[in-house]
Amino acid sequence: MTLIKETDYGTPAAASEKMVTLEIDGQEVTVPEGTSIMRAAMELGTKIPKLCATDMLDAFGSCRLCLVEIEGRKGTPASCTTPVAPGIKVKTQTPRLADLRKGVMELYISDHPLDCLTCAANGDCELQDMAGAVGLREVRYGYEGENHVFKRRADGSENFRYKAKDESNPYFTFDPAKCIVCSRCVRACEEVQGTFALTIDGRGFHSHVSAGMDEAFLDSECVSCGACVQACPTATLTEKSVIEMGQPEHSVVTTCAYCGVGCSFKAEMKGDEVVRMVPYKDGGANEGHSCVKGRFAWGYTTHKDRVTKPMIREKITDPWKEVSWDEAIGYAASRFKAIQEKYGRTAIGGITSSRCTNEEVFVVQKMIRAAFQNNNVDTCARVCHSPTGYGLSRTFGTSAGTQDFKSVAESDVIILIGANPTDGHPVFASRMKKRLRDGAKLIVVDPRKIDLVQSPHIKAQHHLQLQPGTNVAVINAISHVIMTEGLENRAYITERCDPVEFARWEAFIKEERNSPEAVEAITGVPAAEVRAAARLYATGGNGAIYYGLGVTEHSQGSTMVMGMANLAMATGNVGRNGVGVNPLRGQNNVQGSCDMGSFPHEFSGYRHVGDDTVRQMFETVWQTSLDNEPGLRIPNMFDAAIEGTFRGIFVQGEDIAQSDPNTKHVNHALESMECVVVQDLFLNETAAYAHVFLPGTSFLEKDGTFTNAERRINRVRMVKAPMQGKHEWQAVAELATAMGYPMSYDSASEIMDEIARVTPTFTGVSFAKLDTLGSVQWPCNDKAPEGTPLMHVGGFVRGKGRFVVTEFVPTTERTNRSFPLILTTGRILSQYNVGAQTRRTGNVAWHKEDLLEIHPHDAEVRGIKDGTLVSISSRVGATTLRAMISERMPQGVVYTTFHHPVSGANVITTENSDWATNCPEYKVTAVQVSLSNQPSDWQKEWEEREEENKRIAEPMVAAE
Amino acid sequence: MSKVYVPRDSAARSMGADEVAVAIAAAGHQVVRNGSRGLLFLEPLVEVETAQGRVAYGPVTESDVPSLLSAIEKGTSHPLFLGNIEEHPYLKNQERLTFARCGITDPVSIADYVAHGGFEGLKKALGLTGAAIVAEVTESGLRGRGGAGFPTGIKWKTVHDAASDQKYVCCNADEGDSGTFADRMVMEGDPFMLIEGMTIAAVAVGANKGYVYIRSEYPDAIATMKEAIAAAKAAGWLGNNIQGTDKSFDLEIRRGAAAYICGEETAMLESIEGKRGMVRFKPPIPALEGLFGKPTVINNVLSFAAVPFILAKGGAAYKNFGMGRSRGTLPFQLAGNIKQGGLVEKAFGVTLRQLVEDFGGGTFSGKPVRAIQVGGPLGAYLPASQMDLPMDYESFAAAQAMVGHGGLVVFDETVDMARQARFAMEFCAIESCGKCTPCRVGSTRGVEVIDKIIAGENRDANFILLDSLCQTMTDGSLCAMGGLTPMPVMSALKHFPEDFDKPARLAAE
Repeated sequence: MTLIKETDYGTPAAASEKMVTLEIDGQEVTVPEGTSIMRAAMELGTKIPKLCATDMLDAFGSCRLCLVEIEGRKGTPASCTTPVAPGIKVKTQTPRLADLRKGVMELYISDHPLDCLTCAANGDCELQDMAGAVGLREVRYGYEGENHVFKRRADGSENFRYKAKDESNPYFTFDPAKCIVCSRCVRACEEVQGTFALTIDGRGFHSHVSAGMDEAFLDSECVSCGACVQACPTATLTEKSVIEMGQPEHSVVTTCAYCGVGCSFKAEMKGDEVVRMVPYKDGGANEGHSCVKGRFAWGYTTHKDRVTKPMIREKITDPWKEVSWDEAIGYAASRFKAIQEKYGRTAIGGITSSRCTNEEVFVVQKMIRAAFQNNNVDTCARVCHSPTGYGLSRTFGTSAGTQDFKSVAESDVIILIGANPTDGHPVFASRMKKRLRDGAKLIVVDPRKIDLVQSPHIKAQHHLQLQPGTNVAVINAISHVIMTEGLENRAYITERCDPVEFARWEAFIKEERNSPEAVEAITGVPAAEVRAAARLYATGGNGAIYYGLGVTEHSQGSTMVMGMANLAMATGNVGRNGVGVNPLRGQNNVQGSCDMGSFPHEFSGYRHVGDDTVRQMFETVWQTSLDNEPGLRIPNMFDAAIEGTFRGIFVQGEDIAQSDPNTKHVNHALESMECVVVQDLFLNETAAYAHVFLPGTSFLEKDGTFTNAERRINRVRMVKAPMQGKHEWQAVAELATAMGYPMSYDSASEIMDEIARVTPTFTGVSFAKLDTLGSVQWPCNDKAPEGTPLMHVGGFVRGKGRFVVTEFVPTTERTNRSFPLILTTGRILSQYNVGAQTRRTGNVAWHKEDLLEIHPHDAEVRGIKDGTLVSISSRVGATTLRAMISERMPQGVVYTTFHHPVSGANVITTENSDWATNCPEYKVTAVQVSLSNQPSDWQKEWEEREEENKRIAEPMVAAE
Repeated sequence: MSKVYVPRDSAARSMGADEVAVAIAAAGHQVVRNGSRGLLFLEPLVEVETAQGRVAYGPVTESDVPSLLSAIEKGTSHPLFLGNIEEHPYLKNQERLTFARCGITDPVSIADYVAHGGFEGLKKALGLTGAAIVAEVTESGLRGRGGAGFPTGIKWKTVHDAASDQKYVCCNADEGDSGTFADRMVMEGDPFMLIEGMTIAAVAVGANKGYVYIRSEYPDAIATMKEAIAAAKAAGWLGNNIQGTDKSFDLEIRRGAAAYICGEETAMLESIEGKRGMVRFKPPIPALEGLFGKPTVINNVLSFAAVPFILAKGGAAYKNFGMGRSRGTLPFQLAGNIKQGGLVEKAFGVTLRQLVEDFGGGTFSGKPVRAIQVGGPLGAYLPASQMDLPMDYESFAAAQAMVGHGGLVVFDETVDMARQARFAMEFCAIESCGKCTPCRVGSTRGVEVIDKIIAGENRDANFILLDSLCQTMTDGSLCAMGGLTPMPVMSALKHFPEDFDKPARLAAE
């Protein structure tokens, strides 16, 4: 194993199809028109010295090391900024160029410390490399002159140019003394990340990198994505882990385990210790970019709270007892079997995790179907994107998004609905922002004024600031405008969609009650704004829809997904690059866990358990009989538990006690069960109710695959051995075996082979292929051996696209005098979901507690000030949080996150859910907010439980 | 009651023109605030309309007003009496094509402008195709007056030929060179001429939007230009459907923020776009990818100001002036240690000596001229021995000097040229945009190396180092700022080596 260093071509690839041939140092090379001379040279393997150029950024031309000579042209043009031209003859090395490069390097080094041997970048410093490359042997200027290096001048006086190292960011340091002002960090922040937190301040020799207005990095607008650190050619921006541990010696390419973007990273290692995670340039989803979570927030994997030994207990009030794997698995199996004997085959079930690999998920659902002999398997996608699967499957024929992320670069009008990508899907947000800066138009449909509504160099053309719960009314109104104003794409509809269903929908959508004017009173969005947005989407070129949980987590989540699909079909915006309907998936493997057959009614590949042919195929492969009736969904499991008919559950890596709605109800259900088995990294909230704890593996210890929101199957490679000594799928297979169904695999690869064997959309997938191609997007089979980046090209997967009538039905969750505000929930950039991981990293520097965002007016009338403790109560419960006055909120709507268990955000949320899929209505809860001076009763209870239910017994010491 | 002209030009105002104007108006006379005639040594230059035509007095101070008015009323003589100023040799010997009107008219009066031949060029242009206008400008031989001397016609043709939904015309009025003020005089004294020139450019290339980027140090120019733009719009010479044609052009003022580098065209574009004034690399040239990435004509004030004449009188008429490949006239600006500072518009070919001695009257101090820096802070210092050099782009280039924007700063024998060389580097260290390394770091090291030379430290080695540094800056810099800073340094070293030798001489003495 070696340290992977991607080739840096110096400037980005040119897109042109026209080729140009030129000569560099006597060698001929042919490259696309628009390619820089520097890149063309690198294609030949000729490295022209450079410092300010890197192929992640546009050419800049500031370091002046890459100067070349071109026959017949005067001067010494920079090879990074000079495009190739047919027939030119370039010289990259001449005595004149050598002198110039030495002259420039001499200037650089005259304002740079000479502490190479003790410098954190030693061995990974481009400045050092270039000094070597140009043969710098002396610095005739000396080091006593003006500089940014020393605290004091030669005469002992204070050096006003010197600035101390900024160590405010938890993960990296900024040392201005080592800065060569190449602007790579500034450009990375602008071009790659799109945050514009950095700039060069001052002129001439005083020019220096400034975060915000010369603030500390942590106090600036910096979002800690790490792009600047990666771009820095010196030690100026360096990971603290590198400073502490030194340079890594080998790397392993793997996939981030946070959101559904699925970024590829190089885990750069020293032995089995991770030194840093660096985004991988050849990663299809992220192409070398990252966010604060994937790049830096992996410290939880070795956090002291991590449980590495299996544990059991008789009652949930007992302390935990550490036992051997065999004992824990045997104990779980015997309790599950006892329940089945007493209450029947269907009295147990399980939940798969969208955080685990496809292979791990596949094995859990197989255990439930084959070993538990029922279909009581569900997954956390139930509570996030189940309406996506349902809605897109009904209309288009596939339970997944239509595009790859790259497609957004070709969009002209983007509708963003109920998603906050700059916080939830930051790496995709950067792609989107780049396209918006280049001229695409944006329509935001969201109750909150999210960052994309207006941020540096981004401004949405329309912000449809709707009342939570009125999505369907708005999407219908948009379609109404398009259909009544004749802006639809008739040819597309006629060619690709079912005419009967279309006619039905057309009649419905054109009804006056769906007009923007008719629904204005319900949605709160001015009709004129809706009309303008509709016209823009229908006529502005490639129209793309991106959406998140603000669409799905509603009583009409599935209706809304179909409403968007209708809109896209009516305007002909499905089936090519730059368009489509695209869910932004919340979790790393939510797509995969659904694909793997985690739903109670579906086998892998979304095939119904009642389909005899399919089931019989599984019965043959798995050599057992399978239930032909769908099993229980998660909410049904809770209800059945309280009823007494559901008594045991296997919970794979999901914290239902914190993340599912109406916490009290969930806790009651968990308390009612006789055997709760939790497989996780930490003693989470659900573990407080568990009887068996099977320690899990972090993503760094996993071997397998994740499938991201683009249906991209990425390899997750084992960076180090499982800390608890077992792969998760091994533990599950052993549990299945102990239950009486023999199951064993030698490797994750073998599991994928089985998935490929039984799942038509995965037929062509194997670890070998993934290792060769990097990743593939399903469907990957004989028809598409290298995968399918773009769906529905030329026609819909289901045959004809189906329009579905999407009647707006208001939620039953209404505001009234007692509960006059609407609470909506979401997440923020630095924390991830229930926070089990991010809370155990330096990310707490940005978000120590969950806050209640409230509009100034709503705060004022309640006497609430910024930072005041407030009580939030709904019809089902109450909790206490600190208030944050925020104009991002519309009047009448409050917002909070659920990253900290003590916040109890889900104590307030109700069990209302999507009519089709039971996806909870997290986004709409009627609440009252009032001043408070103490934690809620529930929070006090939580504190107690935290003490009681998570105790681990001290190991017994043998008496002497 | 007489009609009295008191300039509103800021050079005149700095010498008390406002007070003079107030005093004259208080006495009941009609005061017209005209532009300056450019005889700055005579400012405030007051002109009175009489039966014999305009007669001038100057320089007039507030305390001179009573005696002056009484002399006018009584028709008696006055010590400040200058007669018809156009007969003054300083003016009479000039060839005023661009500055023909400046100082005569009320700068913001459309009627005055039209009465003195204004908008003739634009009227002509409105009847021509873009290509024909470009051809006329090309024919004139006009070269960019900002300093680089690039043929204006070729630049316009590039923009004309570029296909784009949007094009721009930008005027660079960030006149930051030492000893220059011609742009300011145009904007304060004859702003419609600039507006007309830019509009012709817009019509020629197919642009409908323009910006004038004016340095913040020119508040009067900004105010006058804004007034003039409003007047031109009101009179249908700017805005939609100019003079009833299908041509439209909108013009906006953008104020600089006191950065010399924003006079570099690409840094100016960045600044107009609202960004930090940093130099862009070329190619792409602004003519193809300029403001907001669109094809853009960028010219100096004087280049645009020359255009109305060229269109009105024909390219050939303009081309008749000048020498070699430097055609037409250049408004030279005499400054520094000079007796008769001011603006002298002459055809190319006039010698430095004619400008400094004949027009300028030698140094202000009366001591012999020792050096003249031509073309701003990045221009070469020329010794008195080269005063017969004709003002011509090629002749100057051959002498390792540059005409630049036509500013001359004169020094007498008391100047220390080593200090001047140091100043060149220091100026660059402060004003560099900070983008490229040779300019950003090199200029600071340049100051230090020259300091060491002045101090007599390792002189031989430091001379070699200075030479090598200048080479790195000249060949390695991204733009002319770093690339030309060595010019004044090397010229000082070449022509005045004795000034770098002082410690050695002191030691020897």
